[in-house]
Amino acid sequence: MYGNSQMYGKGLRPLSIATVLAFAVSLSLIFFYAPLETDQGFIQKIFYLHVPLAITALVGFVVGAIFAVAHLRTDNRKWDAYSYVAIHISVIFAVGGLITGSIWAKASWGHWWVWNEPTLVSFLIVFLLYCTYYPFRYAIEDRDRQARYASVFAVTAGAFVPLNFMAVRMAQSLVHPRVFATAEGGMPGSMLLTFLVSLTAFALLWTTLLKFELVAKSAAGQVRRLRLALDAPGTASSSRIAPEVH
Amino acid sequence: MTPSRVAFAAILGKDLRSELRTLQSLPAMALFAVTAFIIFRFGLDRTSLSGSLASGVLWATLLFAAVLGINRLFVAEREEGGFDAIRLAPIDRSVLFAAKAAALIVYLVALELIAVPIFAVFFLDSAAALGPLVLVLVLTDLGLAAVGTLISSMAVNSRARDLLVPLVLLPLVVPLMIAATGATEPLMIVGGPGYHRFGTWLMVLGLYDLIFALIGWAVFDFLLED
Amino acid sequence: MPESQDQERPAVAVAGLRRDYGDRAALDGVGFELAAGATLVVLGPNGAGKTTLLRILATLLRPSGGEVLVLGCALPKEAWKLRGKIGYLGHEPLLYRDLSGRENLRFHARLHGIAGAAAEARIEELLAAAGMDRRGDDRVADLSAGMRQRLAICRCVLHRPELLLLDEPDSNLDAEGREAARELIGPGSGHTRVVVTHDPERFLPEADAVLRLGIGEAAAVT
Repeated sequence: MYGNSQMYGKGLRPLSIATVLAFAVSLSLIFFYAPLETDQGFIQKIFYLHVPLAITALVGFVVGAIFAVAHLRTDNRKWDAYSYVAIHISVIFAVGGLITGSIWAKASWGHWWVWNEPTLVSFLIVFLLYCTYYPFRYAIEDRDRQARYASVFAVTAGAFVPLNFMAVRMAQSLVHPRVFATAEGGMPGSMLLTFLVSLTAFALLWTTLLKFELVAKSAAGQVRRLRLALDAPGTASSSRIAPEVH
Repeated sequence: MTPSRVAFAAILGKDLRSELRTLQSLPAMALFAVTAFIIFRFGLDRTSLSGSLASGVLWATLLFAAVLGINRLFVAEREEGGFDAIRLAPIDRSVLFAAKAAALIVYLVALELIAVPIFAVFFLDSAAALGPLVLVLVLTDLGLAAVGTLISSMAVNSRARDLLVPLVLLPLVVPLMIAATGATEPLMIVGGPGYHRFGTWLMVLGLYDLIFALIGWAVFDFLLED
Repeated sequence: MPESQDQERPAVAVAGLRRDYGDRAALDGVGFELAAGATLVVLGPNGAGKTTLLRILATLLRPSGGEVLVLGCALPKEAWKLRGKIGYLGHEPLLYRDLSGRENLRFHARLHGIAGAAAEARIEELLAAAGMDRRGDDRVADLSAGMRQRLAICRCVLHRPELLLLDEPDSNLDAEGREAARELIGPGSGHTRVVVTHDPERFLPEADAVLRLGIGEAAAVT
């Protein structure tokens, strides 16, 4: 029984250390190495949090969809737990992305929210869709069915993400002057380096949190099953708990 | 195996016959749409609409009226055992998805046959936009039917059926509504229908229809398992 | 009907069957064999898993573990091969309330690939046998529970299934209804049958085998 927990825990320690190191390097670069942007000054540095947070969240949603496909194909509940945790952490990252984006918008454009920035608007719509994952999931009582429907949701929403970005971008009647060029071009080398290191740090953090959550769930599941085996009271199973790892 | 064509006709025919007999969904959808127009008349304080305002009022109303029908799409299967009956029959399960989507398209077309002319009479200066609008309506109905059927089939097996359909459906149809309103807006500008980026928007609608029809077809099997 | 079956092989063979709902096992270690043409009566208190067993055999529910072989098809893998060969009579009549009995039966006939004159003849034959021919055009919503049960029996045997899975088949039926049920789905009807019931006195005389399901007890076949 303990073997399970250790299996999920495998690699958690080196991963955590790598995450901490990556953040140390990333923050040093952000504050001491990356150049001050001439127009916006210091506040521009929030870019190194905002964009990696948003990118990690979006990639995380797609990873959640891939786990969901694995669940539907193999019928192994482990993948449902992976998908759930991936989406859960990505939603938290998305909240961070929205808040940092809003602060950046206020600093550079003077408004907390701007409708003519298509990436921001698309991101909000995707975020709202994934927020409905929780009420959707917990409204289904049967555990197997809940897992299957949640996977179908994750697959559908995963396909929705690119479609939504395309439609929102097309809806902009005039191309808004981008304050910053995207990572592909126009960015000075030092900024690009800082950005990439920061992105790596957030991707590592996402992976660490995923692993951590899975270990915690696996342990909680074992405790509950042991209690059940001992016939302890107060262990009534409910559909309103996150999926477990077996 | 029963041929899919036969099973499709059987399920669609059964649904339309039930609806014609009980009139549970359609009158509610139509009444809702007309009442919403009246609320917009006073809410916006306008007696005539054009351009983006016209297109927004039309599509918001049609979408929310559609939600009423989508909510009820699988209620009979759930409450009267249709899911079990269909799962016991030697048919391809995806046929149920196709037949229900087809039934929903029929409801949506019927709704639009009533609501769009009334909208034109209430708010539009000329009926010239209605011809090309048919294309937009048809393509949007296909997308709504695909997503609506998928969500409705899941929501009906939950304990929050009427809540989940709008909750999950609305974010999912945002791209569809962007394209539909984008195509409709130039059709309704003052001075006759315009076709600014009309073809592009129709292509977005078509792409959306295709993607969600494929997803629905592919995942529907999993939704019927128990 | 069972003549098509291989005489050597049992129609239903179940071994070590388990079904969990969350952490609770509704069925655990159930096993039995049923010969073609024979009747198995399943007894047990409420919550013993009788209906769960029946739904698993009907391919409506997937087993969590164990081996289930129905008419030569291993469940849940080969469930698709089995559909259409089973007549299932559950708690719910599986009839649409807003359609008439005839319309319901016509719908089910089409789902099972029976159409035209053959379907009409079969439907009239069954309605007559169930004593429902005069009320066949009434909406199901307007019928009494017993009449719905009679229609459900018609639906259950409409497609000439090889195996009948019956959950309290006599529920709500009057004496005349029971007589009709005996004719259509009784031991003389030539079907292989699994009958779930609370009423041992009524069904034990028909039984070739008995399966007792109980909470926490091992299942026993006598």
